[in-house]
Amino acid sequence: MSDITVLGLEGTAWNLSAAIVDEKDVIAETTATYMPASGGIHPREAAQHHANHIARVIRETLKKGGRDIDAVAFSQGPGLGPCLRTVATAARALALSLAIPLIGVNHCIAHIEVGRWKTSASDPVTLYVSGANSQVLAYRAGRYRVFGETLDIGIGNALDKFARSVGLPHPGGPKVEELAKQAARYIPIPYVVKGMDFSFSGLTTAAQESVKKNSLPDVCHSFQETAFAMLVEVTERAVAHTGKNEVLLAGGVGANARLREMLGFMCQDRGIEFYVPEKRFMGDNGAMIAYLGLLMYRAGYSTAISDSGVNPNYRPDDVEVVWL
Amino acid sequence: MAVIASGAEAVISLEGDTIIKTRVKKRYRLKEIDENIRRERTRTEAKLISEARRCGVPTPIIKDVTDFEIKMEYIDGTPIKNVIDIFLSEKTGELVGKLHNCGLVHGDLTTSNIVHRDGKLYLIDFGLAYLDKTQEARGVDVHVLFQTFESTHENHEELIEAFKKGYRRTLSNAEEILERVKEIESRGRYA
Repeated sequence: MSDITVLGLEGTAWNLSAAIVDEKDVIAETTATYMPASGGIHPREAAQHHANHIARVIRETLKKGGRDIDAVAFSQGPGLGPCLRTVATAARALALSLAIPLIGVNHCIAHIEVGRWKTSASDPVTLYVSGANSQVLAYRAGRYRVFGETLDIGIGNALDKFARSVGLPHPGGPKVEELAKQAARYIPIPYVVKGMDFSFSGLTTAAQESVKKNSLPDVCHSFQETAFAMLVEVTERAVAHTGKNEVLLAGGVGANARLREMLGFMCQDRGIEFYVPEKRFMGDNGAMIAYLGLLMYRAGYSTAISDSGVNPNYRPDDVEVVWL
Repeated sequence: MAVIASGAEAVISLEGDTIIKTRVKKRYRLKEIDENIRRERTRTEAKLISEARRCGVPTPIIKDVTDFEIKMEYIDGTPIKNVIDIFLSEKTGELVGKLHNCGLVHGDLTTSNIVHRDGKLYLIDFGLAYLDKTQEARGVDVHVLFQTFESTHENHEELIEAFKKGYRRTLSNAEEILERVKEIESRGRYA
């Protein structure tokens, strides 16, 4: 088979995106982002947003792509239930109407695979940091194993929750990053690493309390320094444990310059490579879903309609890696 | 002084009959965070090593503790990785049962961290140890050890059975923990 073309649909949270990719590159991509009027993401409202826009997003992508597609891939999970169901429904309808295979993909693994595609990383330890997810993953014996992960909330949600409580608009991460640059000092905030796992909820509460007594920039700085050091520490442990010599950064929080700098230092000091994909491939995007769909399709895999139900808690280590 | 091991967090060197474990500085961490963590973990580790021994689990004798460094007895024996048999596996079960009964979890229980010397088993490297009485923490400890059995020993099923026998002998709720281990296995994440 040559020139496989796959359309991918992503809509696990606030970003709805469709993309067409072939084995070489992204052919077309259309995105519609849900922006809450106030506060954070409301799952039902986000799903409503996706339902309102998905037909247009698919139509535009197909038009821009201007070629036949071989399969339809969609994010089967993890994610917000109502959002996942909306996108899965559209994916099923599209695959059935075009009479082509449907491929349910794991959202976390799509982040890793698009990173491997768009950088020179081949067998990395991946730090995947987004709103809801924070995981350290690496391939071993047929699966992407979770070496460490958050015990409660994702780092992005932790940042957003903190930002919201001090009156910063959603998404809070970039605002916290900006404010942190004006900090004068570090204020101790609980550093919670348990074995290979980390926890952010206690740290978030402590930061919220700390703002009452300290300047906001100082707390933003202390929050970032503490939380990111925890992530880098576990990543380094996974590197030491697996003996791999590459680190890949994935997920929307990967846009943070300080996090990149810290990971860069760790990799430099260990003498290993550090890879960061272009920003458009870091946050949730349709291209990564399409690309993982393409890999699975090429390996002869497809999802029967009866198996295409969504899984809000879909774990990456549930997936047998058939394409490597 | 010879460096004998270097991990993500610490460097281990040997000076005569003394092991020196030094937690190394991390450039990615702010100095305040870095020093605080290294100091606290060094102190905790030394404390837990002594605590385990009080509960009847042989561990290295602590000679000195400074900010980022522990000096302790070098256990000049053989990691059970190289010598394990049914008998030693049962002894290992007893040892881990005692440790868990004491409220301690090792955090990195592998056959490299259990050393056989003069007919006695010693537990070393408490770098990831913590106080925890939950089934989950104990279960993960046992699961990690079973995995090293499985990955490096052909007769792992017999070794696991022998371990369980010893573990039941020293820990009253061993059965619950062993059930939990099955559940942890099915999740498959620590593989």
